[in-house]
Amino acid sequence: MRAFTRGLLGIAGFLALWELLGRSTLVPAEALVPPSVVFGELAAQLVDPVFLRHVVATVLALLIAIVVAIAVAVPSGLVLGSVPAVRHATRAVVEFLRPIPSVALIPLALVILGFGPETKITLAVYAAVWPILFNTIYALDELDPLQVETARVFGTGRVGVLFRVALPSALPFVLTGIRLAATTALIVMVSVELMAGADIGLGYFIMEARSGAGRMDQVLAGTVVAGVIGVLLNNGLERVRRRWVAW
Amino acid sequence: MNRFVQRWTVFAVLIVVWQVLGWLADDPFFPPPSQIVTAAYEWWVLEPQNVTEHILPSVGRLLSGWAIACVIGVSLGLLLGRSDRAMEYAGPLLVFLRSIPPPALVPVFLLLFKGGTSMQLATIVFGVVWPVLLNSVDGARSVDVTKVDTSAVFGIPRWQWVLGVVLPAASPKIFAGLRVSLSLSLVLMVISELVATDNGIGSQLMQAQREFDYTRMWAGIVLLGVLGYGLNTALLAVERRALAWQPRSRDEQHA
Repeated sequence: MRAFTRGLLGIAGFLALWELLGRSTLVPAEALVPPSVVFGELAAQLVDPVFLRHVVATVLALLIAIVVAIAVAVPSGLVLGSVPAVRHATRAVVEFLRPIPSVALIPLALVILGFGPETKITLAVYAAVWPILFNTIYALDELDPLQVETARVFGTGRVGVLFRVALPSALPFVLTGIRLAATTALIVMVSVELMAGADIGLGYFIMEARSGAGRMDQVLAGTVVAGVIGVLLNNGLERVRRRWVAW
Repeated sequence: MNRFVQRWTVFAVLIVVWQVLGWLADDPFFPPPSQIVTAAYEWWVLEPQNVTEHILPSVGRLLSGWAIACVIGVSLGLLLGRSDRAMEYAGPLLVFLRSIPPPALVPVFLLLFKGGTSMQLATIVFGVVWPVLLNSVDGARSVDVTKVDTSAVFGIPRWQWVLGVVLPAASPKIFAGLRVSLSLSLVLMVISELVATDNGIGSQLMQAQREFDYTRMWAGIVLLGVLGYGLNTALLAVERRALAWQPRSRDEQHA
């Protein structure tokens, strides 16, 4: 409980510092709007259905992207992690694809997929696949050979070992990968929306607030909401990991 | 050796398949690799000013942003990591700040720094400092209790304690953070160049798209891939050197 109050104090201190900086003449007033104004604007926006539609659009697209990324990355990770030949054969390709930043693909995706939600979902999936894929592969590396041998002795087939031994023991790692992937996906999602790859969403809201009226209070209010979504995702997935894989 | 051949054969086969498909389909969005290589050659070798005016400044910003973030992240991380109380105060704040998508702050940085290089550096630093910082905190916390007690008994000077005991003990974790943030810097460099600049790899990508020059766009994407691969390989080599004293080599984990 004391840790909790200290954490709150830390945040309060940060807000006070921001308020002071925002009200001082050190920084241009229009750039760093003090938190009192930002949170006032945030309260006003939170009851505005237009703003809520933007938030819902981003969160929905994000959830779809995470689910698709899991569906792609976990099976591929299981194959790559358990069949060494496939893994070595694809290694050069994977190592080349991985460092290509998803934002570099924005121009390409815009041309091919257009300005709809497909673009941001595809790019977020591309970014989210890697942490899940690699964590699944590493988890299979750490697999206890004794468990595998035991299962084989009892007549479990290769596929059986994969699903009944390897997957459960890899689950904590995989969940950590999903948590990392969710944060990355959020960053990519908001970036794509900001770079005009969308017509609805939190990033689009921030973009519009900036370019239209130069409303920095709205920009920061949107940013705070994006941060809150990130915290909720991160803590939620962490809780899931602790609860389901307590062993 | 066998593995090496296996690996690059598949890579080469894929390139050939792409080449053939590219010829057959003749789709402007998916040019064959030969055209991409030609475009890259014309773009960067025949016009070297494109390298000096766009690629080098981009890489420079990437590396300096990353270096600034590393210095801030490691020093702050080691400080916070050795004090449970400081972490209790700062923890929730750090979690929140880390969750903010850095591109959302680009408009704020644009106004604060009036655009240009300092705004791009601010974006990169804010985006990549968190993995370094949080990993340094973790690393500093994991210092062996025996080492802590031994150092206390011998009463070694403070700087020696930090540089000689805490830093080495935390270094495997720190390196893991450095690698994550290096690849993130590449992402943020591109993002910061897609908005409001007229030089850099990111702005050239955007320009190629606007001019419907898809071959050049592909050349830019390939360049970013090569850049990411090269940076990661270089850092891995440094890490292997710096952590050579570690009892268990963790090389396989980066496979």
